[in-house]
Amino acid sequence: MTETLDIASIRKDFPILSREVNGHPLVYFDNGASSQKPQQVIDTISHYYQYENSNIHRGIHTLSQEATTAYEEARKTIQKFINAKHDHEIIFTKGTTDAINLVASSFGKKFLNEGDEIIISTMEHHSNIVPWQIICEEKGAILKVVPINDKGEFLVDEYEKLLSDKTKLVAVTHVSNTLGTINPVKEIIAKAHQKEALVLIDGAQAVPHTKVDVQELDADFYAFSGHKMFGPTGVGILYGKEGLLNSLPPYQGGGDMIKTVTFEKTTYNDLPHKFEAGTPNIVGGIALATAVDYINEIGIDKIETYEHELLNYATEQIKQIEGVRIIGEAQKKASVLSFVVDGTHPTDIGTIIDKLGIAIRTGHHCTEPLMNRFNIPGTARASFAFYNTFEEVDTFINALKRAVGMLL
Amino acid sequence: MTIKEIQEEIVDEFALFDEWMDKYEHIIELGKELPLIDEKFKTEENLIKGCQSRVWLHAELIDGKIIFTADSDAIITKGIIALMIRVFSNHSPKEIAESDLFFIDQIGLREHLSPTRSNGLVSMVKQIKMYSIAFQAKA
Ligand SMILES: Cc1ncc(COP(=O)(O)O)c(C=O)c1O
Repeated sequence: MTETLDIASIRKDFPILSREVNGHPLVYFDNGASSQKPQQVIDTISHYYQYENSNIHRGIHTLSQEATTAYEEARKTIQKFINAKHDHEIIFTKGTTDAINLVASSFGKKFLNEGDEIIISTMEHHSNIVPWQIICEEKGAILKVVPINDKGEFLVDEYEKLLSDKTKLVAVTHVSNTLGTINPVKEIIAKAHQKEALVLIDGAQAVPHTKVDVQELDADFYAFSGHKMFGPTGVGILYGKEGLLNSLPPYQGGGDMIKTVTFEKTTYNDLPHKFEAGTPNIVGGIALATAVDYINEIGIDKIETYEHELLNYATEQIKQIEGVRIIGEAQKKASVLSFVVDGTHPTDIGTIIDKLGIAIRTGHHCTEPLMNRFNIPGTARASFAFYNTFEEVDTFINALKRAVGMLL
Repeated sequence: MTIKEIQEEIVDEFALFDEWMDKYEHIIELGKELPLIDEKFKTEENLIKGCQSRVWLHAELIDGKIIFTADSDAIITKGIIALMIRVFSNHSPKEIAESDLFFIDQIGLREHLSPTRSNGLVSMVKQIKMYSIAFQAKA
């Protein structure tokens, strides 16, 4: 075990990690659902409301200008973080779901015709299924699904068979929230581009755990959520290539997204404002940049290495428990450990270990088609962040043994 | 015994456990003991779908009393169901319709009836009440 990070001092930045739950020190292994926030992010939020609060892009007064500057600086921080070419390619949204809906709606409206095809995969989150179903139904387009193998790996061969001249867009997750599988997105994108199809990557589970470079990937759209990357809820990002974003019609109408409005004709604002109608989650955007600064300070490469060791350790340990079956055994995995225990229901396990202070998620994780693929009602899922420790894994394993003992 | 008396009896039984662990062990035992619902009643119609666990509830009116049978795929849910059946089954529709459910709260299991838990129990309680009203209308 090589600890590349000073976890003890990192943990001090996250006030919630020192609380107790049901009389036990909290072990927070539900980072896939939402991550905790460092004091720095919390401070940005309260500082904003105490000293900077006002509306942006529409005031001549000092506060409004300061808030606007902070918001636009945040956009630049995020641009650099994912290495986008331009800051106006970074669209603030409510989150991943909102970002995917934006693309499905705006892209679909303009470019999707009857008989066209959209490709997704079996392991998608409902957020990357339902928006496509809605627009496909509206346009008479067809949704195709790439199968996976028993380890939970995306089948590139099958994907190639589905790709055709009819394919207009491919929407695939970078990292599966249920299985942890890291998909070969660069390859997926390249193959789609050969057929002149666009690609949207759902990066909700990737950005907090691994280096993402949208130019290197050549992604057309890339979506992620603030709250899963140590930032606030209610803010997320849609990255899109400049030319593409310019070619799409607006998603919602309102203030900020217009140049001029008359009752006869309205002209739309330039990027990124064209896609940011109404007063946004200003403090959310600013605090998301603080979260990015925080990640940068630790170093995403170190985070990835450490989490990988943690996952390997937890995987080894959990395999020692009789009856445990890991769901998701891809060669390349991010820090998600989904499992079922023979003869028990995931929710019973979750309920009992919660009483021991351990937070995991149980259920279908918003991936019902994937659960059907594995023929299970759901899994128990531990998902790690860089502030989790090997000792916490031990605590979890002991609690799990105790729960299984009670249930069988 | 009335619905109220049965609930009081359960509250007394649970007063013996001061550790949550003992409480859960008891509930799990109850879950294991609950006679399974007749397979033929495990239909889509009788299914109450929670996000976490599934519950089947079947009701029949026999000699003016409602007989409930139920099942769940999760054992803790099933244990709580066993308690609910002990409380509500074999009473008249009118009694059930007019009853208050208080024992879950008092034995410290309120969290299991929280809508966010989505285990099907909240809907099950609603369903029990609906059966009682429907059977009352029939009677
Ligand atoms: C892979 C994946 N996609 C999309 C989402 C949806 O994210 P949000 O609810 O933040 O919009 C999630 C979060 O659960 C996710 O894990």
